[in-house]
Amino acid sequence: MSSPVIELDGVTKIYPLPAGDVTALAGISLSIDEGEFVAIMGPSGSGKSTLLNQIGCLDRPTSGDLFLAGKNTREMDDRELTSLRLSSIGYIFQKFNLIPLLSAYENVEYPYIMKHRKNDDTGRVRDLLATVGIDEDLSTHKPNELSGGQQQRVAIARALVNDPAILLCDEPTGNLDSQTSLQIMEILADLHSRGRTLVMVTHNPETAGYADRTITIRDGMVA
Amino acid sequence: MIGNDIILALSIRSVRLHFLRSVLAALGIVIGVVAIASIGMMGANMTLSVTEQLSDMANKLTVTAYRGGGMMGGPGGGGGGGSSDDDQITEKEFKIIQRIVAKYGTAYTIRSESDRIEVGSNTGRATVYGLDAETMREILTVETGEYPKSTTSVVVGPTLAERLDLKIGSKIDIGDPDEGSTTTVRVVGILEERGMSMDLSTDMAIIGSDKLFTGIYGGEGEYDQVNVVVDDLTNIETVKAAIEDELNRREDTVTVQDSSRMTESITETVSTMTTFVMAIAGISLLVAAVSIFNVMMMSVNERVREIGILRSIGTQRTEILRMFIYEAGILGVVGAVIGAVASIIIGYIVVFGMVGTAEYFFAPGSIVYVPMAMAVGAAICIATGVYPAWRASNLDPIEALRAE
Repeated sequence: MSSPVIELDGVTKIYPLPAGDVTALAGISLSIDEGEFVAIMGPSGSGKSTLLNQIGCLDRPTSGDLFLAGKNTREMDDRELTSLRLSSIGYIFQKFNLIPLLSAYENVEYPYIMKHRKNDDTGRVRDLLATVGIDEDLSTHKPNELSGGQQQRVAIARALVNDPAILLCDEPTGNLDSQTSLQIMEILADLHSRGRTLVMVTHNPETAGYADRTITIRDGMVA
Repeated sequence: MIGNDIILALSIRSVRLHFLRSVLAALGIVIGVVAIASIGMMGANMTLSVTEQLSDMANKLTVTAYRGGGMMGGPGGGGGGGSSDDDQITEKEFKIIQRIVAKYGTAYTIRSESDRIEVGSNTGRATVYGLDAETMREILTVETGEYPKSTTSVVVGPTLAERLDLKIGSKIDIGDPDEGSTTTVRVVGILEERGMSMDLSTDMAIIGSDKLFTGIYGGEGEYDQVNVVVDDLTNIETVKAAIEDELNRREDTVTVQDSSRMTESITETVSTMTTFVMAIAGISLLVAAVSIFNVMMMSVNERVREIGILRSIGTQRTEILRMFIYEAGILGVVGAVIGAVASIIIGYIVVFGMVGTAEYFFAPGSIVYVPMAMAVGAAICIATGVYPAWRASNLDPIEALRAE
């Protein structure tokens, strides 16, 4: 493993609420190397999802610095962070989060078009869908016509389409039965074995078992 | 496969997904566009049609005695062109006019008086004109009967004939028996309808010979009005100026009028009316804008989660903004196009019904209202979509993702 692709330095996140400020993250420092598979565990409300949102550039830390591939994200504006999410980060959600108006194929193609400003003519979308086990017939269906497992496979293909440096998974098997969960975890493990950097939030020790390293978060701090 | 502009594709799909809602919102724009376009076209057609009618008179001038203040008995009133007593054009003045006009066209005199008339047991008032026999044949068209040949025969206008049930051979008593004698004349002809005109309004009049007129009212050698017909339209200003120069050299004795002022005032009236009615029609567009706004807000609120997904996988704010502006734009453009087609159809019917002719319908001044109303409709739609789109683009991705 080489240089850290993700580096957090004293990342703090405070949500101001009328009843008083809530500290979701209380100064987290950690680094994740390229090619690592890291599981983030912790009880509900421990701040693990908030942490993943900081790494995924969906949110900005109240204080502290986040470096992605050596670049400090604090200095980036919304436009740059959005571009980063498009090109360098792949997001896999618990609820799949496919776009209902688009077919499975189009869902995977969407980030490709946003990045390259043209349709995919390289066959990459089709190949990725085949890799995750979605055939051409299934790929014409809208998300609501697919099972949970199929939707998550499409979501994985979508996360990979722009060949991101980091793959972030927020409870990727949280909405799936154990059989399907196993299949999804096999896909993720396979991606890791081919050198992809994965950060996965989970509260299931079994899925965490696939990771190289487990970081436990408790009350917004690394336990 | 989706086209290169996936943002536009998403907008189109969203509109199609909520087809009925979108159609209803667009319908508001359709109605607004139709209202503005057809009223605009109606006004334009009215103006064009009136202008055309009045242009028949563009080669005519009317000369009447000057009625400005302080003329009567003013100093020096006796000399020069001669002051016209009792607001009449004198024979002398007429000769001068005739001399000036000779090169450019013809001039003829008109005597007129409003008087009480009696037909059988019906009494009423009418304008009595005294015209030279030759002039009468030249400027009036008899529909039934013939031109008067004697000093006791007259022709009457069609409106008067209808109102008093006058036929060829009917007898009319002109004059008030209480004030003196009356003159009985016989109708020998009924004129063709002539409509509103500034030189001579014959529809409600009795027209007899000069002799008949002077026989009743006197006034030999003086006229109420002199009409000038110029052969070449381009000379109208020259003739007008020449008459004014000659007769009004020392003081104003005559007023020379052409049809331009009348055209102007009618055109102005019609356009004021049209603008006012169009403003009322504009209210329908305002209502449409509210409904588009409502649909857009609904669309944003329903798709909060989708916006969150799009943002989280790398869609820029500006692209979200564009997506919703497109959506409003689609509603606006579709509504405007349907509205344009409908307003050509409905506008044609309205114009034909209200103006009576659709011959100016495709004139540029009329048909321009279609693209104009389209542009206004589409622009209102897009403007209405700005706030919902702005709201959508400024949603926090995490908050948006949490929405159900």
